[in-house]
Amino acid sequence: MCTVCGCGEATVVHEHHAHDHHHHHYHGESLDYGGGLAGVHVPGLSQERIVKIERDILSKNDAYAAANRRAFARQGIFALNFVSSPGSGKTSLLVRTIKDLAGRVAISVIEGDQQTSNDAERIRATGAPALQINTGKGCHLDAHMVGHALETLKPAANSALFIENVGNLVCPAAFDLGEAHKVVVLSVTEGEDKPLKYPDMFAASDVMLLNKSDLLPHIDFDVAACMWNALRVNPKLEIFTVSARSGEGLPEFYAWIEASAARRIGAAA
Amino acid sequence: MHEMALTESIVEIACEEAKKQSATRVTRVRLAVGQLSHAEPEALTFCFAAVAAGTLAEGAELSIERTPGAGWCLDCGKTVPLDERFGACPECGQYHVQMTAGDELKIRELEIV
Repeated sequence: MCTVCGCGEATVVHEHHAHDHHHHHYHGESLDYGGGLAGVHVPGLSQERIVKIERDILSKNDAYAAANRRAFARQGIFALNFVSSPGSGKTSLLVRTIKDLAGRVAISVIEGDQQTSNDAERIRATGAPALQINTGKGCHLDAHMVGHALETLKPAANSALFIENVGNLVCPAAFDLGEAHKVVVLSVTEGEDKPLKYPDMFAASDVMLLNKSDLLPHIDFDVAACMWNALRVNPKLEIFTVSARSGEGLPEFYAWIEASAARRIGAAA
Repeated sequence: MHEMALTESIVEIACEEAKKQSATRVTRVRLAVGQLSHAEPEALTFCFAAVAAGTLAEGAELSIERTPGAGWCLDCGKTVPLDERFGACPECGQYHVQMTAGDELKIRELEIV
């Protein structure tokens, strides 16, 4: 049973033998939220009356997010929440970034997917610690899941934590995880009007990585139009055009990570 | 799609509040859902009955008030109505509009027994 919230929703899955445990203690490398119906459980306890409560529907999630953010601040952890549609190259970008920043920034990773621990395995192959969260039918990570993932992953103080959200350009926009910034990844094979079609995600993000730039010579993709569309939705968006394959544009993104992480560490010291 | 998670949160907050008030049942939940918010009222209603089953809110009615969207147009220097998130100013046609209303996702009040 969870010590933070008293929940019993996640099933812990061992990498090779799956067992059902109705508690959150860490025995493997995945947290599975798809094992059962989401538990809403309140036993019953009279006159009809109206109670004004005026509470944000997302206030539960936001409270968990605030707790995560406090934990990050205390330990000087620079957390990024990577969001995108499936197939934009998030995992490849993370793998490359971890390799290229080895010895410069310590990085651990939380992977969110509906099923499989393929992505966490790809990350672990780089030597970086990674924890897979399986959301089951869930279309996004929430701050509660990330809080539990932190208990087990235990990212080092003064490090960077990359959270790879479920590939979905809609829902993860609404759920704060406690990160310093959302980083939206858009690939050049997706069409330059995505920021207008899915504006919430681009509005919620501080950084956009325009990935797969090595493909630009082979396709009709108007980089300027894409940037204009993204900036129309979010004038403050910082944009890096990158290729996880060729490495082009990544040094600028790395410089941004290092400077931002140093600021966090400085603030926690 | 994330309306399921939002609905779980609505039911959880409503039941928590009802328990605090020593109520035995929630009969109505009133929401304010902004016209520019990311939640779809039909989807919330659809999910609500399923999520509320077996809780204090089982069988409760969900009333959803749509609050209109508005924004501050930097070019016109005034508040203008907005019917699309990140949409253009209806008066000058420019996109320099900061949303000021219509984004809310709130539980306003509960009727409890």
